[in-house]
Amino acid sequence: MDKASVNAKAAREEGKHNLPFAFRQYSPEQLKEALRKMYLIRRFEEGAEESYTRGFIHGTMHLSIGQEASAVGISLPLTDDDMITSTHRGHGHCIAKGADVSRMFAEFFGKETGYCHGRGGSMHIADVSKGNLGANGIVGGGIPIAVGAALSMKKQKTGRVVISWFGDGANNEGAFHEALNMASVWKLPVIFVCENNGYGMSTSTKRATAVPNIADRAAAYAMPGIVVDGNNLSEVAEASHEAVERARRGEGPTLIECKTYRHRGHSKSDRNRYRTKEEIEDWINNRDPIRLFEEQMQEYGVINAAGIEAVRADVEREIEAAIEFAKTSPSPDIASLTRDVYTDLP
Amino acid sequence: MDTTIRELSYAQAIQEAMAIAMERDERVFLMGEDIGVYGGAFQVTGDLVHRFGEDRVMDTPISELGGAGVAVGAAVTGMRPIFEFQFSDFAALAMEQIVNQAAKMRYMLGGAVSVPLVMRFPAGSGTGAAAQHSQSIEAWLGHVPGLKVVQPATPHDAKGLLLAALEDPDPVMIFEHKLLYKMKGPVPEGYYTTPIGKAEIRREGKDVTIVATAIMVHKALEAAETLASEGIDAEVIDLRTIRPMDRETVIASVKKTSRLICVYEGVKTLGVGAEVSAMIAESDAFDFLDAPIIRLGGAETPIPYNPELEKAAVPQVPDILKSARDLVNGVR
Repeated sequence: MDKASVNAKAAREEGKHNLPFAFRQYSPEQLKEALRKMYLIRRFEEGAEESYTRGFIHGTMHLSIGQEASAVGISLPLTDDDMITSTHRGHGHCIAKGADVSRMFAEFFGKETGYCHGRGGSMHIADVSKGNLGANGIVGGGIPIAVGAALSMKKQKTGRVVISWFGDGANNEGAFHEALNMASVWKLPVIFVCENNGYGMSTSTKRATAVPNIADRAAAYAMPGIVVDGNNLSEVAEASHEAVERARRGEGPTLIECKTYRHRGHSKSDRNRYRTKEEIEDWINNRDPIRLFEEQMQEYGVINAAGIEAVRADVEREIEAAIEFAKTSPSPDIASLTRDVYTDLP
Repeated sequence: MDTTIRELSYAQAIQEAMAIAMERDERVFLMGEDIGVYGGAFQVTGDLVHRFGEDRVMDTPISELGGAGVAVGAAVTGMRPIFEFQFSDFAALAMEQIVNQAAKMRYMLGGAVSVPLVMRFPAGSGTGAAAQHSQSIEAWLGHVPGLKVVQPATPHDAKGLLLAALEDPDPVMIFEHKLLYKMKGPVPEGYYTTPIGKAEIRREGKDVTIVATAIMVHKALEAAETLASEGIDAEVIDLRTIRPMDRETVIASVKKTSRLICVYEGVKTLGVGAEVSAMIAESDAFDFLDAPIIRLGGAETPIPYNPELEKAAVPQVPDILKSARDLVNGVR
């Protein structure tokens, strides 16, 4: 190798060193898949919102539009065998962990073909086959369960890790504190991921939480507490990667706080009296996680405009077909009302 | 099959069941407060930590809510945890995980998971521990679809129901009356199970049915001996499971005796006796009744500290005697 070649290679290596984590760590195919999943979440949420407005979905739901980078970024280092517990704002976590959006829509439509056969709906969406132990209607309810799953994984020596998703509101629940303490005492393979979107329903974190960062609370439980820009997929993935590696090495839990924002209200009852129009528009126009990731991908030559368009069109078709599947699926038989309250005994 | 039968205390029987379970199945482990070297507040786990190690006899921090949730998470991912509450009253701290999570998880997820969780609750009054350490809250949990709730009254059943609970794919709540821990009784060696959902007729009789739970079974049996000397032949049913309740055994008995007394330590109103009474009122046994049903339950008060007040707060043998005589003599 001549001197010029050596220099060029060194320059490339140096350039690579300066690339954001995700662009060093993952192949272009993996990055395109991450973008596809972010779109899929966005379009799923929009499809659910539209279906709700048109009367296909009853009850309520909590949309995660604006939080796609945390869902997908945290999930990037995971395998299908790793597990998650999720939250009432859990559609994105479910999709990021590999769920089929057809069965998700079917569940939201209350159909027998849904993941929970129409028993759970939006707030209990789960895909156990992909390690998703379920969304949860109780704020903080899934956190101790994730710790229990991690205890299980450690006892069974599986090498699997568990992600415990929760929002900023949950960090003031007793369950959060009890669970983090036990996970640290027992050095369990669990990663606590707080999606801090600034508001627990209407109450801002400033008014509800005594510390400036929720990750600061990790210090009380002797675990690393990491704050990341939750709208920057690469930053999120980097924190997740390190926490997952640490957990797999048996060194115990990490608390990651993804600072993010929900573009929509808390739920369908939200009249939005606690956030200014300017604040919402600033996040939508200037800090959208999908646009940010698209720009990075184009900047580093992973995808071009036509490629982005192709991904979008592909997702559009998938969502359309999924909604059609949900619409045409059968409702549960009324006679099956009490099925699965208990496990059938032989 | 080993059929050697020894006398063991109720607490020893539970400990033996847990040891057998851990020997048979490596997925079984124990969690609770001070259950390790301390041996548990009532010495039920005793020296098990020395036999099975700290990984299988796990002391938890004083975190009932979190601990219960950890047990739920472990159960749903392939383990068979037995979670001990130090006192059943402390379940109030963990109701979220028991009621909203463990009981509903299978249903909410459309049958995708089972929650094979066993929880043990030292329950009841009589120890002078006053209002926050003496309650009988089994009816709270008996009201929750998705849970099974048992109340063993004998050392034999304490062992058999615990081993049955571990075979059960769903969450089983075991209420153990604290005054029974030292009671001795015949217990077979080795592995056996006592069926969940099946009551046991402890004494056959033809004049009045006494349906009792937990320690009240023994008070009912004591009363039945006195009644027998007076010519009143009482049938005593140990309900054993309050959810799912054994309708057949109770209904058949009431059809035979035409009289019913329910005796339970939990607060009378909206308690186990209300359910048993309503079950009879709704069944064809109603037509067989010769007298009103009598419920003897806990007084409408927190459990007091003073020993005489404490005794007065729950049904006693003289209450059962009076009720039985009144029914048979047509006073009621």
